[in-house]
Amino acid sequence: MSIPAVARSTHYLSIPSSTRYLEDVRRFVAHHAQQASFPDAAVEQFKIAVDEACTNVIKHAYKGESAHQIDISVVVEPDRFTIRIQDEGVSFVPSEYREPDLMAIAKQRRKGGFGVHIMRRLMDQVEYLKHGPINEVRLTKYRPLNGKA
Amino acid sequence: MSDFSVGFRAIGSVQVLDLKGELDAHTASELEAAIQKCKQDQTTQIVITGEQLKYISSAGLGVFMAYIEEIREQGGDIKIASLQPKVYNVFDLLGFPMLFDIVESEEDAVSMFSEEPSS
Repeated sequence: MSIPAVARSTHYLSIPSSTRYLEDVRRFVAHHAQQASFPDAAVEQFKIAVDEACTNVIKHAYKGESAHQIDISVVVEPDRFTIRIQDEGVSFVPSEYREPDLMAIAKQRRKGGFGVHIMRRLMDQVEYLKHGPINEVRLTKYRPLNGKA
Repeated sequence: MSDFSVGFRAIGSVQVLDLKGELDAHTASELEAAIQKCKQDQTTQIVITGEQLKYISSAGLGVFMAYIEEIREQGGDIKIASLQPKVYNVFDLLGFPMLFDIVESEEDAVSMFSEEPSS
């Protein structure tokens, strides 16, 4: 076993629900992923996944209103890296989600619908949880036993 | 706040847009404005270069999707060149190479327009 000796730690960041703070979120997640010895390719994947999750919260849960709050936490554990994104807006309903069709989107001149697909492709696990009024998207990447993420 | 800019250059009838910085849901409107400007100028042969593009999310990719059909209907195209590998990976993840010409160099992208029959 060559899993790096990483102690369990949790880190928090709260942002207003505006796209102007997406870069702060990416930097926050990248910093802790680097601290946890994930390789550059994995760090890039975490940045994109958390960006997509926060963008969806801003656009869909909060309908573009910037007066709300998004709470992001990063949990570093020896065998995994978890990003939790919490909001109190309109809940995402996973059962209503349909995988995007690239050609159809181009024909319809639409801009979006890729975020969930990207998160699922980049992370090992994407979960949607509800705690009372709070929605949580939980993104998890497991660290392989050989230590390569 | 993300730092992003679009530089404009013309090579013959081809409009080159040089992307620099981080393209996300906050900065995607700047790329959209640049493509809108091409439309206003009736320039439909567009090469987008990504040598200095450090990051892209699906909001940035969505801008390409929103305009490609219209540009092609007008006889033009959006070709993409010089992407950094980590940025190309995001295009690839969504299957963009099926829909767009994504090439290694700006020269390759520009020359593709002269090889295509004009409509």
